[in-house]
Amino acid sequence: MARYLVNRLWQSALTLVLASVIVFIGVRALPGDPALAMAGEEADPATLAAVRAQLGLDESVVVQYLKFIGNAVTGDFGKSVRTGTPVSELLGATLPVTIQLAIYAMLVALLLGLAAGVVAAVFRGRWPEWTANGFSLFALSVPTFWLGILAVLYLSVQLGWFPASGYVSPFDHPLRGVYYLTLPAVILGLTHAAVVQRQTRSSMVATLTADFVRTARAKGLGRGAVIFRFGLRNSLIVVTTIVGLQLGGLIAGAVVTERIFSLPGIGKLTLDSVFTRDYPVIQAVVLVITAAYIVINLLVDFLYTVIDPRMRVSGRAS
Amino acid sequence: MTEPLLEVDDLEVSFGDVPAVRGAGFRLMPGERVAVVGASGSGKSTTAHAIMGLLPGTGHVTSGRIRFRGEDVTHAGEHRLRRLRGREIGLVPQDPMSNLNPVSRVGHQVAETLVAHGLAGRGEAKRRAVEILAEAGLPDPARRARQYPHEFSGGMRQRVLIAIGLACRPDLLIADEPTSALDVTVQRQILDHLEKLTQDLGTALLLVTHDLGLAADRADHVVVMSDGQVVETGPAREILTDPEHEYTRRLVAAAPSLTTTTHRSAPAAEPVLEVAGVSKEYRIRGGGGALRAADDVSFTVRRGQTTAIVGESGSGKTTTAHMVLGLVAPTSGTIQLDGTDVTAGRRTARRAMQAVFQDPYGSLDPMFTVERLITEPLRIFGIGDRSSRRARVAELLDQVGLTPSMAQRYPNELSGGQRQRVAIARALAPSPRLVVCDEAVSALDVLVQDQILRLLESLQQELGLSYLFISHDLAVVRSIAHDVVVMRNGRVVEQGPVAQVLGSPADPYTQQLLDAIPGAGVFS
Repeated sequence: MARYLVNRLWQSALTLVLASVIVFIGVRALPGDPALAMAGEEADPATLAAVRAQLGLDESVVVQYLKFIGNAVTGDFGKSVRTGTPVSELLGATLPVTIQLAIYAMLVALLLGLAAGVVAAVFRGRWPEWTANGFSLFALSVPTFWLGILAVLYLSVQLGWFPASGYVSPFDHPLRGVYYLTLPAVILGLTHAAVVQRQTRSSMVATLTADFVRTARAKGLGRGAVIFRFGLRNSLIVVTTIVGLQLGGLIAGAVVTERIFSLPGIGKLTLDSVFTRDYPVIQAVVLVITAAYIVINLLVDFLYTVIDPRMRVSGRAS
Repeated sequence: MTEPLLEVDDLEVSFGDVPAVRGAGFRLMPGERVAVVGASGSGKSTTAHAIMGLLPGTGHVTSGRIRFRGEDVTHAGEHRLRRLRGREIGLVPQDPMSNLNPVSRVGHQVAETLVAHGLAGRGEAKRRAVEILAEAGLPDPARRARQYPHEFSGGMRQRVLIAIGLACRPDLLIADEPTSALDVTVQRQILDHLEKLTQDLGTALLLVTHDLGLAADRADHVVVMSDGQVVETGPAREILTDPEHEYTRRLVAAAPSLTTTTHRSAPAAEPVLEVAGVSKEYRIRGGGGALRAADDVSFTVRRGQTTAIVGESGSGKTTTAHMVLGLVAPTSGTIQLDGTDVTAGRRTARRAMQAVFQDPYGSLDPMFTVERLITEPLRIFGIGDRSSRRARVAELLDQVGLTPSMAQRYPNELSGGQRQRVAIARALAPSPRLVVCDEAVSALDVLVQDQILRLLESLQQELGLSYLFISHDLAVVRSIAHDVVVMRNGRVVEQGPVAQVLGSPADPYTQQLLDAIPGAGVFS
């Protein structure tokens, strides 16, 4: 067990290093020259060279990488080429917003997805299942941006139930903060809720016809106990995997939602920096998202061992 | 006269519109042991589930009556059924591997039965669960109660399921094939214990089984079911020694454990397969040393004869078969086919040795027609052309007792027995020198099993085939083999001609296996 956890930690660390290399090379493979972008299209070669030297772009790629990674470890991602603000400051301002949005959206996805999934599995072949499946089909097929625009139009502008845009930190004003994030979180969470619903449904359908569920009924256990303690608990293994994969995707997927609701999150920062070839910022953002992805999956793996005792012995499902 | 505990009258159960049970009826007195015997699809399990209101999916009782202690429970509501289940009728299900909740501690799974019926509070139930587990024969129950199902062997899990079934001291225990997934020696221990427990507690037992011998050993009364109907009922011994109904007669005749077959005599013949000092080691993950799955195994298969390897799970019999087939490379030792070394599992050796596996549902590609399945080895080895292969299929189908029209069918259109015939035809297609049958009849019903065994025998006589026959079933081995190799924990315990090894076993383990065959005592 301990051995397994240590192994997983090592693997994660290795993945992170590999990811940083890929990010570094990937950013440099982008078309366009940051020095040119900074110095302006009309700049003469001498100015360009000076800008390059200033940005450290005249050194070899290996040296550039080592400098980058050495600084990154201490939290120093360099300065934005565009504004000169330290990247860590930019991240510090935007990352919390995105994390709050992602967690809130995931909660919405879990709440709706699990409920709809359980309903669909328990009332198989009857109207509650069709309703739940219809909901997930709708949520999967309607693009987030369109749904977002509609929500702003009707729920915010016409009915005035929710603010159309803006962000209030929940740490300053807890209630207002949550209120401001609700509409974006629901819109962002819907697609993910649909995926959770599908996974929960199919996993529950399989579990509810399993032998041990029949044995549970033969013991005289009530319907509720059978569905939740036996059916849902065993289905959670599959759902946890999906949620882990989705959480990473949620952070990336927040780009569109943040744009619609004008939230000052990491998505907005990413878009702005990509358009201006702001290398240090792009690098840092992608690296942070990658790290989040790896950490989340590590947590999911640890979570497995909590949910499924079989994992505690060998570290893999039998 | 006492009132019957359970009465089933003219019961009819359908799944959707398809009838599964068609007018079954029997009764069970308090404390009595009744066995319901039948092949798969006979409706025996469905009847058992109907009694507890546990019919799966679209299953429902269409007519007839189920009375428990005089009370009609046929269409009882969920509320009444919950009291019935566990409290008044306990269930011991078939497969110990799949019937325990994998994410819940074993002790908790026993305790929750008591809690569900209000027989104990949570703390009290926890304590009682340990006692009940001890009673079911689980060693070190206090510690094991805190463990999870995957930390238990099959036999131990079945003891847990028995503990759950008897936790609330029900008046009736329904045991649905309680031991068919277990090794014979374990099966015997479990059934002995179950018998003692039900006797001590005065619990009536409804034993559902496909094994007539087991029914005769363990029940006072036997109910024989076929096609959803009860064809015969009566005292256990009478049914076995003097069956009245045609179906029961066939069942008794086909049961390998009940027939006192004459052993096949083995005329001297040269060896086809010679296995000498073969071992297979697996390294245990995490540096835990090595596991010897097969340890210095030597035996021969003689031309035109059958050598059987018999053993329980973990004995190394399948590993040995896989090494012979070249599917697993031995760590040491040699395997010779007709004097040529085939230890490395060469392609030519593959052609000369073909296999028939246990599960005819899993071993045939569902996307292939029967013709394509049978011609596959021919195409792989480039034998013949289109028309000659087609002719060969017709010939092979005829040899295994199938009609030529079957050639264009798919596996899912065939019964289990027909599929196994196709698997045999496929094995015979490239005219192999040795056919390896790995538990080839273990998944089949008694009657079908008997047919396949006869088919294998007649093919051997017609074509002079040599078989390596792997089985856990000593009774089957007794009826088909010329030579027997008994394996345990990777080692050969004893080997020799079948009459000698099974007639007067030299090793106590062989004797133990023989004694564990259900029904063995009925005729002696």
